[in-house]
Amino acid sequence: MSDILFAMTLLLAAAIIGVAIMAVNPARSLPIAVLAGGTVSLFSSILYLILAAPDVAMTEAAIGSGLTTFLFFFVLRRVQGGEDD
Amino acid sequence: MAHVAMLTGFILILIGLYGALTNRNILRMIVAFTVTNTGIHLVLVAVGYMPGRMAPILDEMIPVSEAANRIIDPVPQALVLTAIVIGLGVTALMLAYAYRLYETKRTLDISKFTDLKW
Amino acid sequence: MIKNVIAFALLAALGSIFAALFLGYVPDADLNLTARYYADHTAQDVGAANVVTAIIVTYRGFDTLGEVTVLFLTAAIVGLVLAQTRVGNRGGVAPLPPSGEVLQTGTRLLAPLIVLFGAYVFVNGHLSPGGGFQGGAIVASAVLLLLLSNPLRRFSHRLITRLESTVGLVYVAIGVLGVVLAGGFLDNHILPLGDFGSLFSAGAIPVIYSLIGLKVGAEFSSMMVSLSETEDS
Repeated sequence: MSDILFAMTLLLAAAIIGVAIMAVNPARSLPIAVLAGGTVSLFSSILYLILAAPDVAMTEAAIGSGLTTFLFFFVLRRVQGGEDD
Repeated sequence: MAHVAMLTGFILILIGLYGALTNRNILRMIVAFTVTNTGIHLVLVAVGYMPGRMAPILDEMIPVSEAANRIIDPVPQALVLTAIVIGLGVTALMLAYAYRLYETKRTLDISKFTDLKW
Repeated sequence: MIKNVIAFALLAALGSIFAALFLGYVPDADLNLTARYYADHTAQDVGAANVVTAIIVTYRGFDTLGEVTVLFLTAAIVGLVLAQTRVGNRGGVAPLPPSGEVLQTGTRLLAPLIVLFGAYVFVNGHLSPGGGFQGGAIVASAVLLLLLSNPLRRFSHRLITRLESTVGLVYVAIGVLGVVLAGGFLDNHILPLGDFGSLFSAGAIPVIYSLIGLKVGAEFSSMMVSLSETEDS
């Protein structure tokens, strides 16, 4: 049972690092970078659950991957001229 | 398992700081700060983990008398709860300032804001 | 070019510090003294089943007051910074049309259920994982759903700010009541402790956490409403 948990942890860690590299890469467009930031929060909320912290997992899922992404998209809609470098 | 999470947290901090230092668009810098925040929280929660123990909630699986032998450290979780909420507040502030900066010069490239340079 | 070199040097220095920390890390075998005190004394003194809630609301309740103050400042500053752009229509961004009939009816069905779920989460904060911050975020996402499905809807800022200020005042008043009636500021012995594990237990923790949940939900809603209604008058 703990082997499955360890394999899941390794898979989640690899996924988190891969998506984080996508989030800071300047070659990707800005909405993709914002969505990648939200996905980092989502995967790390599952990692918190494996680390036996259910309160932190709920908070990170609601705030990190929900509200932060929406704040970004509200501002993205208002700055439609300057989003290219 | 805590080692894997702590290593992931450290690598996330480094990736986020690299993104904040080399990107030029202000919104990309804010996304990189969010990634750094998530990495710091991962490291903090991973410090409190002890192998073989369960979450700090005293229900029927963990009787009250032997709670000190069966639960993990609850203090880092309380600290990280506060930190996540304040991280959202700081991100909202940064986004409001970025919008006002865009209003003045119609660009989000940080190398164009040279008014305060010598 | 030189900027990239400096950035890499800084990251390499940080990376070496992190590597030293990581290689010297050994997980503890036993709880340290602070955690052991919290684990042993939560059931008798505070009466809450969720040790993290007991720490946030009672043992370190003053830090939670500071956090609530920081959130209040953030919501106020976001409203202040974006207030001057609300005058006049710029004509650069076309207003979104309201969404279709199915989405609006579905939103009207779902939004009260989401608020009910958020209230359930922050009322049961002392018995199961959850609490004020999570419940407040869930209530704010119900407001977000209403904002997204009908972008022309106007939320009254006065209602949100009055709710937030009243709840903050009541929170500090309960803290002062703790000084007068029980052991100290924000002590939860002003209400009886009750049976361990039932809904009306742990003294004033459900009341305090519900107030925190309402305040946090109102603040997040006010931040999102400020950010989404810039530019239209």
